[in-house]
Formats: sequence, structure tokens, C-alpha cells
Amino acid sequence: MDILDILRAALQQALGPQAIVFALAAIGLNIHFGYTGLLNFGQAGFVAVGAYGLAVSVVTFGAPFWLGIVMSLVAPLVLAVILGVPTLRLRADYLAIVTIAAAEVLRFVFGSVEMKETFGGSNGLNGYARPFQQANPYSSGIDLGIISFGRNDLWSLTVGWILVALCCLLVWALMRSPWGRVLRSIREDEDAVRSLGKNVFAYKMQALALGGVIGGLGGMFLALKQASVVPSDYSTLMTFYAFAALLLGGAARVLGPVVGSILFWFLIAGLGSFFSQSAGKGGWIPTVIMTDTQASVIRYIVLGLAIMLLMIFRPQGIFGDRREIAIDGR
Amino acid sequence: MRKRLYRVLVALIGALMVLLVGTPVAAQATETPPPDATAIQVTLQDEANKDAQGNPKPISGVTLEVTKDGKKAGEGVTDDKGVATIVVKELGKYTVTLDEKTLPEGTVLDENTKDKVTVTVRFQGPNNRAIFPIGVTAGEQSSFLKDFAENLRAGLVFALVLCLAGLGFSLIFGTTGLSNFAHGELLTFGAVMALSFDQIFKTGGLSSVSVILAGVIAVALGGLGGYVQDKLVWGPLRRRGTGLIAMMIISIGLAIFLRYLFQYFYGSSTHSLSQYSDQQREQHWYYLGLSLADREAVIVVIAIVTITAVCLWMAKSRMGKAMRAVSDNPALAASSGLRVDGVITNAWVIGAALTALSGVLYGMQLQVNSFMGMRILLVILAAVTLGGLGTIWGALVGSMVIGLVYELGPLFGVPTSIKEIGPLLIMIVILLVRPQGILGRKERLG
Amino acid sequence: MDADMTDQTNAEKNSDVSKTGPAGLVGVSTEPGSKKPDPIIVADNITRTFGGLTAVDVDHVEIQRGAITALIGPNGAGKTTFFNLLTGFDQPNSGSWSLEGKSLKGVAPYKVARLGMVRTFQLTKVLAKLTVIENMRLGATGQKGERFWTAPFKFLWGKQEDEVTKKADELLARFLLDKKREDFAGSLSGGQRKLLEMARALMVDPELVMLDEPMAGVNPALKQSLLGHVKSLRDEGRTVLFVEHDMDMVRDISDWVIVMAQGKIVAEGTPDSVMADQRVIDAYLGAHHDTDLSELDEEALEAEVEAEIEEEEAK
Repeated sequence: MDILDILRAALQQALGPQAIVFALAAIGLNIHFGYTGLLNFGQAGFVAVGAYGLAVSVVTFGAPFWLGIVMSLVAPLVLAVILGVPTLRLRADYLAIVTIAAAEVLRFVFGSVEMKETFGGSNGLNGYARPFQQANPYSSGIDLGIISFGRNDLWSLTVGWILVALCCLLVWALMRSPWGRVLRSIREDEDAVRSLGKNVFAYKMQALALGGVIGGLGGMFLALKQASVVPSDYSTLMTFYAFAALLLGGAARVLGPVVGSILFWFLIAGLGSFFSQSAGKGGWIPTVIMTDTQASVIRYIVLGLAIMLLMIFRPQGIFGDRREIAIDGR
Repeated sequence: MRKRLYRVLVALIGALMVLLVGTPVAAQATETPPPDATAIQVTLQDEANKDAQGNPKPISGVTLEVTKDGKKAGEGVTDDKGVATIVVKELGKYTVTLDEKTLPEGTVLDENTKDKVTVTVRFQGPNNRAIFPIGVTAGEQSSFLKDFAENLRAGLVFALVLCLAGLGFSLIFGTTGLSNFAHGELLTFGAVMALSFDQIFKTGGLSSVSVILAGVIAVALGGLGGYVQDKLVWGPLRRRGTGLIAMMIISIGLAIFLRYLFQYFYGSSTHSLSQYSDQQREQHWYYLGLSLADREAVIVVIAIVTITAVCLWMAKSRMGKAMRAVSDNPALAASSGLRVDGVITNAWVIGAALTALSGVLYGMQLQVNSFMGMRILLVILAAVTLGGLGTIWGALVGSMVIGLVYELGPLFGVPTSIKEIGPLLIMIVILLVRPQGILGRKERLG
Repeated sequence: MDADMTDQTNAEKNSDVSKTGPAGLVGVSTEPGSKKPDPIIVADNITRTFGGLTAVDVDHVEIQRGAITALIGPNGAGKTTFFNLLTGFDQPNSGSWSLEGKSLKGVAPYKVARLGMVRTFQLTKVLAKLTVIENMRLGATGQKGERFWTAPFKFLWGKQEDEVTKKADELLARFLLDKKREDFAGSLSGGQRKLLEMARALMVDPELVMLDEPMAGVNPALKQSLLGHVKSLRDEGRTVLFVEHDMDMVRDISDWVIVMAQGKIVAEGTPDSVMADQRVIDAYLGAHHDTDLSELDEEALEAEVEAEIEEEEAK
């Protein structure tokens, strides 16, 4: 058992690209769910179109890189409008079902053999990220003692965390404004807001689009960092993990999703490392109880349990204010 | 009758230390390697040419050569399951070459695709398994009618399986209002329980009725599971006044928890129930031009009998009426002296048992694995949504439509590799246009 | 409605009539659906059915501008449904209605509110997880900071926010809620919520205030001050239409009473004349005779249960 090793694995993930992707996805969800009360279970779809918006434009249609970036912002916006116009009038749980189904449809289409020419099938697309890699100003990686990042990772992380910071700043500025007040009011009682002359639908649409675009930024970042987009990355689990991160940090808090995502990956990687050290050869858990393969599964069991317990006993998350938490479920 | 081009999926599974425990596929390979040997496992399947169960037909007798750095490292021939296990000495990158001359009559490789695949053999973890499709064109003849009959049969069986799971979902949704995202796992639970007890019974004196016995126990355990989760989780939450959205998220947590718990105990590979593990020659039954293998006939009969029983029970029995009353208007039901909580517990028990049965049957029809429920959760949701959430007849009709759409869709232009899309799109459209479903009442939706 | 008449009644309202009698309603016929001298709302042939049940079936009704009009009737008479229809929260099966001559048919609720017709709810809809002052600020219209593109920049809306806050504080003081300013609205008592909801509605500067059972659940001590507030709305020149069960309140403050039963308007008139009207007594008695099995009770029951749930959530 090497505690330093566990810590290293955990920190590496907590500060690494995964945490950034899920932080962005969760910031988007926070706008949807935390502030506005929209139960979007299709955030993975927004992340996916962000990533594919970039990759498809550049690889399939030969667009220049900058246009790919623009498309990566436009695509989630378009998805938000297409999804939002018909669905925002639906009940919360119906909205959840429609969005999760839409995200799955997107993933199936992206991964389909029949559309391989456009979306690259299950192997996805690559070969668009060169301009991003070339823009790397660092000449070497960084070694912080316990953790270290290579040159490319360091560049990705710099860009990623700046994106996260900017999004947080935007959310903070928006949520202290009267606009944010309308969103929080919609979360509590749409009819009350309507009775005061506010166009609830328009606000919901703005929230859906903003959160979707921020989720799309997560996709763009993932696409740039990985230099490839693969449909299997964007399964419903991505949405649920983002929800878990959001709930962990605390919904309706500006930094909630960011802290949540960092903690989420810290725990996932830490638990993973802990159990992989504990099981198998040289571990203290006998193989009869846990094999190596089983050790890699156990963190997800803990995750599922954690989501339940968190929701039951501390729905406001670690930093949330119980009096202000969104989850009433009317 | 014109010639149709088919894609054949050739799946290569490169596996080191092939996990032999309980995987019938590996156990029946012709050249079974010692359990600790390093091996590449190749499975050749004809995706377009499906057998009576809707499984792709294995391609046997094909010679495969494995080379490393241009040097020959091994050779194998696919057995009657389309599996070849080729032992190799060391780790590294191998190239598997398919000998086109040994392909069965009428099957040739597609000009766009290669007859070679690269497999990297690593030491540990399940990641060794990789599936590489090679395009093959088959010059086999087929007719639309024949395909239609085939898919109709598969659709019918799938629809009945869906129907049971959908009834379960509807019972629970109707009485509690909960969109239970862990419903897929209730289905998986039935299947893995059946698998476990089947493993126990199959070697004893009860081997002839092993699956049936295991299925009955699985359904009972499913019902018990419904009871336990209502008592431990949902009941207390209801009394606390937890909102539906919060419950929905809790159900997601439960789904993830159970799914990986199953994976912990059953791994991520697929298993077959004993009586159906080998593709034994089954007796076929012909009804209205549909040929059903005898296990399919069993599935159909069990499902229809159960569904009929449930419907009658809902219509006639006191508890059935109480359940409908609760789903119509819980406040009114409570005020007229019904023990709403007891009714809900009943709904959980029966709903979970039905879903477990659906899992058992689905496991009989296809195979058992830890993710089977999750994979069709949205299809179940589509079925109940189409018919009308929370209504019994809605679940019936919705499942029939969705089950058939799922299997027949490919004949009408839905890409085969993504046939889930049909049900999902139907569900989206229904929720947008008529959220109460085709049989639901509008007033119910507040 | 000809313009001369309107001018005339406006003049009357501003002169001695408004002091002595019900605002411009002297001599108005007490037949159901009678013409008013200066109607702000005119509704025709409004019907709304739920399944087989006709909840609202109103041939013609006019609401006088600048007056306090009470809408009374037994449980399930369709008063709240009628409210919902007028304000766009529910769509009628047929009919047309207008506010100040402008048709409201098919107009979204938020637009109705912007046109100057603001309502409160039978089960108060205060935003429990916002503070009292935030509830109030939400009511203000035309806020720059509520637009997406200007919202992130406080210098664009900060000044307006201060003005809104000032107005909100004045109203809070008037409604004796200033001590609760920073409390979450969820911590208020039922009566205080009614007050807050009314105050918040006034933030919109409505022409017409529609109050759905403003007295329900309000303790007697607060009642008097609420009555005063409603009266003061009229004195400011606003029109008030309210649904109420509390007959004392109806007698006390209303200028005109409209009685509904089984979806129809069965009587109109001044409070005194209506209370003496045999049709009204029949309507109330008749309603009591067949309450046991009707679906109307289901509605009432649901409303009660919802109210209980709300109360529990508030804790």
C-alpha cells in the first residue's frame, strides 16, 4: 500500500483534463438544473455536439480550424433551440426523458456505420487538433513533485482551467443580476413569474442555450485535448457523472460544479488506485473476495451509493445552502 | 428476387488469458488452450445472416493466420460457433489474416475492407478485448418477405419481454409518479439471479428443469427486491416528502450502484443459461408462417399468460382496483380510506417481479450480462411513454408497437447498427405531441 | 360602449359619486351580465369544460373600472377557473374577452400581466427560497438587468436596481413587511405571504389587480390591515377584482358583487342587495345539497392537499 501513489493518482485526475471536461459540463448543468430547475439529462449530447462541431467541420468538410471552433459553439446553440422549442413546456420528468433520448440518438448517429463518412463511426474522427497543439507556448512539461504533467497536457490544462474560470465568472455575473433572479424564480414557481409579466419560455430557452454552450465548450476542450472524438465518450454516464459532480459540489453555487468535479475525479481516481493496490497480487484483500478486474469496478459501486446518499442526506452538496437548494420536484 | 449485399461482421477478440470460468463460448472452442495461456480469440459472425434467435450466424471453418513482425505465430480454424482460439507465445502486436479461400460459399470480402486486423495482446485487464469489423460481402439471396417474417418473430418475442418490463414500470410509475431510472437494473437482476441458480441446479438431479426452477426463484427474488427497496429506500423517502426529481436522481444513483455491483459479481462478459447455452437443434413451432424455436414458444406462452393474469388481476381484484385508484388520484384514494402506502408497496413487489421475469425471459432469448437492462431502459421508457405513462393498457400497446418497430425498423430504412433510434425518436415525438400517450387521458397531466 | 358615456362616468368618478356610492355604479342594473358605465373587462360566452363537466359558462360580464368587485359563489362554482381564463393561465373552449378594449384571447399570461392585469393565487405563490426583498424586486417591469446581454454588466442596471429596491422598500413598509426584508419568503406565515404576494403584484403597477381569496388563511389581526390595503388600491385609481368566501370582507369593501354558481353568473349587485337575493341564497344552499359526490369536491380536496403540502414544504 503506497499512500503517496494513491494521492498522486487522485491529484493527477483531480487537476487533469477529465476534471475540466466535467467541470464545464457541470457548470452548464448548474445553469439548467441548479438555477433554472430544468432537468436536462442530455448534457452529454451538448458536450458531444460541441466536440463533433469542431471535428466534423474540420475533418469532414475541410473547414479551417477557427471555423471549427466557431461551429463547436454554434452546434450546442442549435441543439438547444431544436430541443428547447418543443420541450421546455413539458413537465420536468418528461423533459428529462426527452433530453436523455435525444442525447442517445445523437450518440447512435455519430457512431453509426451508415454515417461513417461524416462522423467516423465508432472510431470517431481525428486529425483536426494540430493548430491547437502548435499553439503550445510551453517548451517542457511541469513537475510539481507529487504530480507532473507533460508539455501537451500542461498546455491543455492551461487552456482548460482558463475556460472554466471564464465560465464561472460569467455565471457569477449573470446570477447576481436580475436575469439570474428570474431564473431562480422560475425554478421555484413558473406561474408566479408569469403572473408578474416575465416571458418564462424565453428565459428557459436562454438558460438551456447558455448551459448547453458551456457544456459544448467541455466537448470542444475534450476534442482538442484528446485530438480525437469518439462517440462512446458521450454516453448517458457522462451526464450522470456531471450530475454527480454538480450535486457533490452543490447546485446553485457558482463554484459548486468546479469543486464538485475536482472532488469527483479525486475520489474516483483515488478509490481506483486504492483498490487496485489492495486487490490482486500483493494486496491485502484476498483474490477470492476481489480480483483485479473487480477492483476496477468497485469505485463505481461507491459512486452510485454516494449519489444516493448525497441526494438523501445532503441534497445541497458540500457548499450548497439547504434553504436555497433547487431540488423540490414538483 | 434480386441479390442483396450484406455486411458480415467479423469480430476478432484478442484476449490474453482467456477467461474460461463460466464462459461457454470459450469452453467449447475446439482447441481449448490451458487456462493460463496467452491467446487471441477470434469470433467470426455473419451479422446479416441471423439465425432463429436473431443472433448473428457464426461462420465456421475459416482459416486464420496470426503473424507477428511478418513471422507466422499461429494458426486456427473457426469452430461451429465461429470461434477460433489461437495460442501465442508472447505479448505484443499481432496481425490476424483471414484466408479468403476458406470462407463459405457465396461469402466474399468486401473490396473496401481488409482481410487483416491488428490485435495488441496485453497482459492485464478486460481491455484486451477488442472487436474489429471487417467488411465482407455475401452473395446470398434473400427475400423481403422472409426477412419480414424473421424480424416479425424477433419483434414479437422482444415486444413481449418489453411488455412485462413496461408493465412493471407502469405499476410503479402509476402509483408513485417515479420515473425509475434503475428499472433496467431490476430486469438485469432477474436475469443474473436466474443465471446464478441455474449454475447451481444444472449439475444436479434437477438439471432438466434447471432454467425453469432458476427463473421461478429469480422472479420471487425480484419481488422480494422490490419489497426491500420500497421498505429501505422509497417508502422512507415518500414519508419524508422527498420530491420526485430528487427521487429520480436517487434512482440514477441506485442504477449505477446495482449495475456495477452486477458487474462485480458477473463480470462484463455475457453468459448463457444452461439449457440454451449450446445452439442445440431445437424443435420449431410454426404459427401463421412464423417459426418459433421451442424456447421462444416457451417465452411467448409464459409472457402472454403472465400479462393476461396481471391485466385480469388489475381489473378484478381488490388490490388491482386500489392500485388504479391510487394512480388516478392519490389524494382522493387516501381520503376514501385506502392504505396508499400498502398499495404502493404492492406495486413495487409486483412491478419488480414482473420486471425480473422479463429479465429471465430476455436472458433466455439472448444472453445474460450486467448491462442488459441499462441497454434497453430507454426502449422500455419509449414503450410505456408511447402507450401512456402509468396505464396498464398503454404499456401493453406501447410495448407491442415499440418491440415491432425495434426489430422491423431495419427493413424500412433504419440503419441496422442503430436500430434503437426508432423507439427513441417515437418516444420524443410522442412526448412532444401527446405527452399523455396514445391511450392516456389528458387531464391526468397537471 | 360609446366614448361619451365613458367620459361622463370618468368625470363622475372624480366628482362626488366616488365618495358617496360605489365607484360609478349607481343605478346599474342588477341583472346578471348587466352593462357597466365604464367597463375595464368585458367577457362574452366564455366556456370551459373539464371532461364532461362544465366549469365555467359565462354569457356576458363586465367589470367596472376603478371599483372593487367581488366574485363570490359556493365551492366549485368556477370562480378560480374563471380567474385563470381571464389571466391567460387557462384556455377556454370558447368565448372572447378584452381588457380596455384589447382582446386577450390566446394572449400568453405574461403578456396579460404586462398589459396591466396582475393576479395573485389562491394558494400563494411566493418564491419561498428567495428573500422577501428579492421577491419584490422580481415584480418590477422593464428591468434592463433582466435582459441576457446586459445582465452580466452591473453598471448597466445597477442604478435601475436601486430605484426598484427603493420602490420595493416603500411597498414593504406599507404592507408592514419591512422587518422581514431579508428573510426567506418561505419563513413567512400564511397571512404574510398573502401580503407579500399582493405587494409584489403592485410592483408591476397594474391597472387591474385580481386577488384570489386574499383572506384565506389570514389571521384576524392581519385581516383589517389587508382590507385597508385593498381599499387603498381603489383610492389609487386601480381596479380590484377578487374572489372571496369571507362574507364580512365582501360586505365591507366591495362596491359590486358578482355571484357565480355552477359556472354561471347568477346574480349581480351591490353587496346588500346581493346578500338579500333569493337566487344567491338558493345557489349557496343548492350547492350544499349536492356536494357529496360531485367531482367539484375532488378539486377542492386536491386544492386542500396541495395547500397542506405547500405548508409542509415551507417548514
